[in-house]
Amino acid sequence: MINSRFFNRSELIGFLTLAVLLFVILPLTIDIFRLNLVAKYLTYAFVGIGLVLCWGYGGILSLGQGVFFGLGGYCMAMYLKLEASSPANTKIQSTPGIPDFMDWNQITELPFFWKPFHSFTFTLLAIIIVPAFFALIIGAAMFKRRVGGVYFAIITQAIAAILTILIVGQQGYTGGINGITDLRTLHGWDIRTDHAKFVLYFVEVVCLFGCIMAAQFIRLTKLGRILVAMRDQEDRVRFSGYSVANFKIFAFCAAAVFAAIGGAMFTLQVGFMSPSFVGIVPSIEMVIYTAVGGRMSIFGAVYGSLLVNFAKTSLSESFPQLWLFGLGALFIAVVLAFPDGLSGIWRDHIQPHIDRLISSRKSKSGNGWKDNSVADGAPAE
Amino acid sequence: MLIGHQPKPFLLAVEGLTVSFDGFKAVNDLSFYVEENEIRVIIGPNGAGKTTVLDLICGKTKATSGSIQFRSQELTRMKENQIVQAGVGRKFQTPSIFDDLTVFENLEISFPRGRTVFGSLTFKRDAIVRERVEEISEMIFLKDRLNTYAAQLSHGQKQWLEIGMLLIQDPDLLMLDEPVAGMSVSERVKTADLLNRIIQGRSVLVIEHDMKFVEDIAHKVTVLHQGQILSEGSMEHVKNDPKVIEVYLGH
Repeated sequence: MINSRFFNRSELIGFLTLAVLLFVILPLTIDIFRLNLVAKYLTYAFVGIGLVLCWGYGGILSLGQGVFFGLGGYCMAMYLKLEASSPANTKIQSTPGIPDFMDWNQITELPFFWKPFHSFTFTLLAIIIVPAFFALIIGAAMFKRRVGGVYFAIITQAIAAILTILIVGQQGYTGGINGITDLRTLHGWDIRTDHAKFVLYFVEVVCLFGCIMAAQFIRLTKLGRILVAMRDQEDRVRFSGYSVANFKIFAFCAAAVFAAIGGAMFTLQVGFMSPSFVGIVPSIEMVIYTAVGGRMSIFGAVYGSLLVNFAKTSLSESFPQLWLFGLGALFIAVVLAFPDGLSGIWRDHIQPHIDRLISSRKSKSGNGWKDNSVADGAPAE
Repeated sequence: MLIGHQPKPFLLAVEGLTVSFDGFKAVNDLSFYVEENEIRVIIGPNGAGKTTVLDLICGKTKATSGSIQFRSQELTRMKENQIVQAGVGRKFQTPSIFDDLTVFENLEISFPRGRTVFGSLTFKRDAIVRERVEEISEMIFLKDRLNTYAAQLSHGQKQWLEIGMLLIQDPDLLMLDEPVAGMSVSERVKTADLLNRIIQGRSVLVIEHDMKFVEDIAHKVTVLHQGQILSEGSMEHVKNDPKVIEVYLGH
């Protein structure tokens, strides 16, 4: 009657397909330069998964996910930068042992908030806790006052703009507009070699699947159903005895943590972090990846990030001026024609054919499978 | 108009309740009392403030002044979800259910357990929940529709589902806003039957225009007009009150 399994059949197929694609096909077929690009694209998939929960399920549109992507990325970058700024590496500076951009800005001592980032454990915790805490504050301030919908989206956008200005303005502490660059080693391991990029790709894909599982877990609990319920009828949820604000805060914080993990991965893959991944434009692009993939589908978000970024790279090389218009047109087209994105097209036009194929084979091979097919017919999404 | 203190404590005591929207007093110095196991029907012309009274009790609208005591808890100072947890259930005029969830899931969400964020993450759909959902779904005539998405139900079925969602909360005070509005004749009969069964062992506050239905279920009727009580008493008393005939029943 009710599907209690972690994945239903079509989700399992989706999961395995993605696993084979990311773990086997891509690493075997493309060179390390392209694989590194894929790794970079996939960092946005983390943001997308968060947006599926927060926006697709919870109906909370955040146009400021770049903030959390950036916070995660900067936490990682600060750790890597401190490691790259050992006194031996920076002995030509007037103050050796601090990051180069601080030296250029006449800062002579490491600021207090940089100090804990000498510790790798602290850095890993900070990547999760800093964005979660920040999202908690924003969420509590907004949702407890019942600010929602468009107003919330605008405020998140303003926060993205503010954080960018802050980072750019506080050059001595943040590296300014250039960001934190020239990152070299992680725990003494050179992250710039091809071998490191290959390993980091797999580390990232493992993390991505961890996040997919976490999101799927949340989706299948009662909390996941309350998110959907809230999107439909916020008042009914409230008058069923739930504090709607707390659930929205949870969804927003979860999305922030996913985005931050993506951001930290981005820093590792690309080797630097800058405010150009924090502001309004990247935040909106992240929403577009999710919309194109399908905001109700965790896997859709992954494919959306891959495809749109791939298109972005290839198109912006050939038509640098036209690309942004293309992206805008794509977003409008998706919203108007395919509100459920690629995953919606898959579900409505391709999945039925596959189901028919499988069920026709089943009916030939006897009734041993039939129980399964009944269970799979139950609403799963 | 006020009823003197009786030995039995009131379940709900509304006193001096006033709410004004930009100077317009939608509810003006309203006082009434509901006893345990009483079925109270509120009638009155459009704009009399009936729905606003329910909004005030369930916390959807904040009162400008006055008090609402429910089992000696002051509801005007509580949040909506706390009021629900205290034992007040509210059905809205238009069916408000979760279209994208199945009938089972709709009822399950209303089951009074795991209402915190952590509680809902660890909520288990165990035998108690299943049995209760099935029991309620049978009462609301939707036992064979448990796996249907709520969006696919008819208007009447949606109303029943929302009533079911309240029942599973097992509230001590059930507030229904026009429960039979927009229903077909046969659905109306079934609903009246359903309501007569579910009002056992709890107090009910109903807003309804259907006079036949009101006569069937009401213990006591309160007539509202321009945010104030025009008349209160048995259906017989209210029906023969000249003031009521003039502003409401005469039309």
